[in-house]
Amino acid sequence: MADIAIRAVRKSYGKNPTLHGIDLAFASGEFVVILGPSGCGKSTLLRMIAGLEDITAGEIAINGKVVNKLEPRERGCAMVFQNYALYPHMTVAGNIGYALKVAGVAKADRLRRIEETAKIVGLSDYLDRKPAALSGGQRQRVAMARAIIREPNVFLFDEPLSNLDAKLRVTMRAEIRKLHQRLSATSIFVTHDQVEAMTLADKLVVMNKGVVEQVGQPLDIYHRPASIFVASFIGSPAMNLFDATIDVDEACLAFGGTKMPIDRALAARLGARQVTVGIRPEQCVVAPEAKGVSIKVDFVEELGSGRVIHSELNGHPFAACVDEQTRVRPGERTTLELPLAHLHLFDRETGRRIEIDLEPRALRSSASQPTLQAV
Amino acid sequence: MIQRTPFANALTYGVMIFGFLLLIGPFIVIVSGASQTFQQVNAIPFSFVPQDRLFENMGAAWSRANLGTAMLNSFVMASLVTVGKVALSALTAFAIVFFRTPLKGFFFWMVFITLMLPLEVRVVPTYAVAADLFQPVRFLIAAVTGFEVSVDWNLLNSYAGLTLPLIATATGTFLYRQFYLTLPDELAEAARMDGSGAIRFFIDMLLPLSRTNMLALTTIMFVYGWNQYLWPLLMVTDPQYKTTMMSLVALLPSDNGTPDWNVTLAGSLIIMLPPLIVVAVLQRWFVRGLVATEK
Repeated sequence: MADIAIRAVRKSYGKNPTLHGIDLAFASGEFVVILGPSGCGKSTLLRMIAGLEDITAGEIAINGKVVNKLEPRERGCAMVFQNYALYPHMTVAGNIGYALKVAGVAKADRLRRIEETAKIVGLSDYLDRKPAALSGGQRQRVAMARAIIREPNVFLFDEPLSNLDAKLRVTMRAEIRKLHQRLSATSIFVTHDQVEAMTLADKLVVMNKGVVEQVGQPLDIYHRPASIFVASFIGSPAMNLFDATIDVDEACLAFGGTKMPIDRALAARLGARQVTVGIRPEQCVVAPEAKGVSIKVDFVEELGSGRVIHSELNGHPFAACVDEQTRVRPGERTTLELPLAHLHLFDRETGRRIEIDLEPRALRSSASQPTLQAV
Repeated sequence: MIQRTPFANALTYGVMIFGFLLLIGPFIVIVSGASQTFQQVNAIPFSFVPQDRLFENMGAAWSRANLGTAMLNSFVMASLVTVGKVALSALTAFAIVFFRTPLKGFFFWMVFITLMLPLEVRVVPTYAVAADLFQPVRFLIAAVTGFEVSVDWNLLNSYAGLTLPLIATATGTFLYRQFYLTLPDELAEAARMDGSGAIRFFIDMLLPLSRTNMLALTTIMFVYGWNQYLWPLLMVTDPQYKTTMMSLVALLPSDNGTPDWNVTLAGSLIIMLPPLIVVAVLQRWFVRGLVATEK
């Protein structure tokens, strides 16, 4: 159990800066997921916490103690690597017990702890095998057991599930979650898979290009993405984003020949400016004509439980999730209603979210309120 | 492209048999010649059929060239070269691959460049140093302290002199470096996370993982050490330190003596045996190491 503080941490390789000042604080026992596209610096940050990379500037503290100068073994962290990094010439038992062997734990004690740990991850029958004779999921478990046996303060996971097939990934995800509940050590999990991130995290950190874009609970981030990047990165299929202008005189949101009336006071508060509008595909509704925007269906993806319509709006790709009853064919036109309550507004220049509720709660109940009008 | 026609098959076998005969031919001459009597070996045409005089000829060769001492010397020399080379290569490559030092690239190239300078090329300067160890630094010491070192400390007629210059070459280092580079970085990182230091990592991970590599290098270096001729010839004047390759000369019939080539050939056969045994024994491990890949 340990809390972690990351203060103004920077990293450069030679002259190339990869992390531009990261400030984060993780509470003891939290399951933190760091999410970002490849090359955003998330793995580098994790390796800096582990002690495998030098810290160029700033400091990292574990349990209030600055660890910048400490060797990995002195930090109390255990790490699960993406390719597991098992010792190929050692048996499963040898792999799991290596840290104890190095630490000089007596053999009898060591064997007892290896067996206990193997039982936790379900490897008791495989202790004499070499890693080469194990399946991907079993290797993954050995890697986890190797981390567990050290009873670390902090668990670090570097994309541990990305080498597994889809089905196993779901199973292992659940197991990691269960393991965390059982051991309740602070865990930091790095991934580029947003489903993993959403399902595992107590606290989600979204990173891009060496900076933290947003920190928060997964649902908060899903419902209130702080920037265009976060909006487009979280959620599958990705959030639809298109350019629009605020028209103060007519009090509407104008894009590609469509004018969407908004509250006059709100329009005045926003001022005339360029914005990027976002709406999640699952929040678009197929509506009768004249009640929404008309789009031409390019193609349809069948998901079984529903279907995804792909089309174009104002020059941007646009997707909408509809239920299985709604029949649409490629080439047809259909009308989509974009409920004001679900629209996100972003400043087009800064890319940051404009914190404003387009449909004030007071108005939301009135059924007669036209949400959108085609002109 | 693999063609399987009768003609291609016949051609392949033809080439194979020709190559085989070419390689095994001299060996057959040695074995059959070594087992013949003085008259048989000098008969024309030469008979390739082995006879029953092998052990008598070997005994004669053994005592004529004093092979007992020579074999022991050669064995000690080849073993020292092998052990020294394997240890030095493994450690040098370890330093070059796994440590981040500013001059890493420089050191690697300094080692690598010696590949272009085999012992035969640098034999004169190497001999000069071996004959007088203070020579390269004498002027330095004189410049710094003002004293001229007149002690003459050399490696002539010693096992150190026989082996050290042969150990200090880059072939093995390069082999080990290439092997270490194939290991994923995460292996070293995982070991570091598990609390293992550099030496521990070397002993617990690199040594067992490089076993195959080590056996291959052992095979090569033993044969290399055993077959050295030029260097021992320069270093050794004392018959006590004579190696087998030098004894070969003593086995040749003298200019006006009896041409007893059967004894000469028997001696060659004895001298060929140790590297043959090493290759034969290690080959098994070598292949096993390659088949049961642990990666």
